[in-house]
Amino acid sequence: MSLYFQDYITVGSFAALGVVLVIVMLGVAALLRPSNPSPAKQKTYECGVDPVGEGWHQSYVRYYVFGLLFVIFDVEAVFIFPWAIKLEDLGVFGLVEMLIFIWILLMGLIFAIRKGVLRWE
Amino acid sequence: MSDLLSNFWILLAIKLVAIAALVPVSALVIGTAELKISAHMQSRIGPYFAGGRFGWAQLIADGIKFFQKEDIIPEDADRQVFRWAPALVLLSTVALFVVIPFSPTLIVRDLDLGVFYVLAISSISTIGVLMAGWSSANKYSLMGGLRAAGQLIAYELPLVLAVVGVVIQAGTMSMVGIVEAQASFEVFGTIAVPYVAVQFVGFLVFMTAALAELSRIPFDLPVAESELVMGFVTEYTGFRFLFFFLGEYASMFSMSAIAATLFLGGYHFPGLDPAIWGPVVLVAKIFFLAFLMIWFRWTFPRLREDQLQTFAWKWLIPVSLANIAVTGVFKVVF
Repeated sequence: MSLYFQDYITVGSFAALGVVLVIVMLGVAALLRPSNPSPAKQKTYECGVDPVGEGWHQSYVRYYVFGLLFVIFDVEAVFIFPWAIKLEDLGVFGLVEMLIFIWILLMGLIFAIRKGVLRWE
Repeated sequence: MSDLLSNFWILLAIKLVAIAALVPVSALVIGTAELKISAHMQSRIGPYFAGGRFGWAQLIADGIKFFQKEDIIPEDADRQVFRWAPALVLLSTVALFVVIPFSPTLIVRDLDLGVFYVLAISSISTIGVLMAGWSSANKYSLMGGLRAAGQLIAYELPLVLAVVGVVIQAGTMSMVGIVEAQASFEVFGTIAVPYVAVQFVGFLVFMTAALAELSRIPFDLPVAESELVMGFVTEYTGFRFLFFFLGEYASMFSMSAIAATLFLGGYHFPGLDPAIWGPVVLVAKIFFLAFLMIWFRWTFPRLREDQLQTFAWKWLIPVSLANIAVTGVFKVVF
């Protein structure tokens, strides 16, 4: 079996371990804990009074513009990492290219700030 | 014996058992440290009776107590999502331990993309938090979940960009490779200095963003107990409730370990053989960083939501971009 698959199997089995831990511990706890549900107990918590309206109420997601910017900058981070590893070999050429790239990004961020899209109203 | 250890599957099973033990133990130790340090910072004595002396068994007793608590799922909740949200949080926590190097050989798996893996896996827990917040069908939980998502969006970027400086210095993304690069990194004279000496800005940005990712004060808006009644965990009871805290404290341990590895030299300390002293050195560094996090908790007031976003977008991201540019220039010119 190649090292490549060993990496994936290791990561996969550790991710599974997290879920298995939850299942096992909850399974053990199920043997010990009581279970006598009542309508009052099953009610949504709202500081002791009966809940008003629905829990899934309409709410204003203020940061959706932040979300769009996040996607742009996160993709850019993916480009920066390979450059960061190979910088020694790329030398001055790679450095100048990346400085231009970072400069454009910084300008974009400043444009967004000046435009007021990052203001939280 | 060595035949047995060279078998991939047997070794994997041993590692799984070891990490399955390490995750709760690290959470217990960090949690107890938080109880005692918080108490002393407020001139209290904290837990004292459990276990005989110093209340060392307090959290173990708490864990046993949670075992006997009823598992209540609210009537209005989205039951399946509600059930699986803690599992997703713990998945992210456990999987993060894969790339923590305790010594040159004592690591679960030295992935080539170690740093990338850390950044990717650590953000999965936010999906669990968002699931918990949404499925509870509770107004407080929904707000807590949305705040957690907004916080991740803002602070994921400084976290990612702060690490680039280290990757430029080391020229690799493998965690062991980064520590080895620091072991042979000399600025003045002959003693190897960790990257925090040249990447101090990166270290500050990384620790700030890590605090925000862990939702710790001053960035604890998703669980703000005075306004949101613990936010996304409001409706959780018993062991499912405990899993969120297990995840939080174990993540505190693993994030400190990653910060120590990237910036403080990891298992390497001048004059000590990493093959023997590696785990001790790393754990000492982890507890130093964990102590800082607990100290911050009793020092800073909570930020407001708009301050939180402004701080990330107008300060941390430009600073970390500038840090990348400066590090790149120094790397190529010198």
